Amino acid sequence: MCLMKVNYDKCLHCGGCVGSCPKNAIFLNDYVLEFNDDCNGCGRCVKLCPVAALSKE
Amino acid sequence: MKTYQCDVVVVGAGPGGSMAARYCAEGGMDTILIEKKAEIGAPLRCAEGVSKKWLEEVGITPDPVWIRGDMKGAVIKSPQGTTFQLDESKAGAEVGYVLERHLFDKALARDAAEAGAKIMLRTSATAVIREEGKIVGIKARSMGEDIEIRAKVVVAADGYESQVGRWAGIDTTLKLSDIDSCIQYRMCNIDVLPDYCEFVIGSVAPGGYVWIFPKGNGIANVGISVAGQLCTKGADAKYYLDKFIAEDPRLNKGQCLEIMGGFVSTCPGLDCAVDDNIVLVGDAARIIDPITGGGICHACRTGMYAGKVLSECFKTGDYSKKALMPYEKMWRDRMEDKLFRNWMAKEKLATLDDETIDELIKMIASADIKEVNVYNLLKAVKEKFPKVVEGFEDLI
Repeated sequence: MCLMKVNYDKCLHCGGCVGSCPKNAIFLNDYVLEFNDDCNGCGRCVKLCPVAALSKE
Repeated sequence: MKTYQCDVVVVGAGPGGSMAARYCAEGGMDTILIEKKAEIGAPLRCAEGVSKKWLEEVGITPDPVWIRGDMKGAVIKSPQGTTFQLDESKAGAEVGYVLERHLFDKALARDAAEAGAKIMLRTSATAVIREEGKIVGIKARSMGEDIEIRAKVVVAADGYESQVGRWAGIDTTLKLSDIDSCIQYRMCNIDVLPDYCEFVIGSVAPGGYVWIFPKGNGIANVGISVAGQLCTKGADAKYYLDKFIAEDPRLNKGQCLEIMGGFVSTCPGLDCAVDDNIVLVGDAARIIDPITGGGICHACRTGMYAGKVLSECFKTGDYSKKALMPYEKMWRDRMEDKLFRNWMAKEKLATLDDETIDELIKMIASADIKEVNVYNLLKAVKEKFPKVVEGFEDLI
């Protein structure tokens, strides 16, 4: 189950969260971020996102 | 499922991937270069500043097609406004070009194609294929279709995202303090020096810096990097950049033509960037200057090294980790000391307050440094402020 919510009105599709995820649980498919079941909701991507496009569900 | 066969599949057509593909193809290998985006070199995730010297080293001839500006120098500023100006006569190695990345990347991909590489756009790697434990290629989605690309060796050039290596069991995970979160605006209607790259360090950009790289005709890339451990709740990079722009009279009437995000790693490189049947290059291998976040020259170098080493492996058919170790040795011999020294300097810089940074820039501006580069700057700092370089003074 995905623990993260993406605000696509903000997301710049930069892939920063993908490379920063300690679980390699995020995949950037063109303009869509996919989180897999390895996501444990650690929140690193939320903190690092340069435009605050990510939040916990 | 459609299956392609080749000697080497290169994932990612950035500078590192295209250089690797070019040198593999020149070495006679049947080479496939895949790129997940619809256009090579776009959208931009880069400040586009590079030094000049390394281009010749990797066999790239400067071309006005992709050079947007030829810089006369660089300016380093403290938040208090103390300025240190480097001119080309003094800063040969560190001053350079501002690129048009979308054209630069296409030129390198063209070079790869002319050497014989096959390029597949909108083709995104989704997994590595293993048979009896051995990597034998990748799975991908290509124009909406699931495919397999069977290869004797995989080059992971997938940039900061660096997923291919992780699928192959190489840990490319970064410490929070070795991540910089960045945002950049392409701005117009601003008043900046047309041929100097500007860097502002200190509390305006916690653990990182603000850059202003001119693109000509009153346009510039204005961006910021903020160290991961100093990001607090999201949008830190945007907050600090907007604040900087609002307070700078040269910029605060400016308008944005483009906005882009992007991250860089600021560690000294992976412990080992090869394994059986796989090589990681450039940002994917976390080989990037930790203090500037500059990665293009490192990507091109490592791409070239990978291509040359794989061309040797091609003669024997041995792509084991042992056979690939010459690649590891080549990049370490060329860059390891500098990467480590700049990583230490970055760690220290993130701990300094604005007053100390101001003092440092004043000292550097008044010191007689014959050729300005990061190494000589650190040498000057070591003399006057030994505490700043504590822990890595032996490398200076």
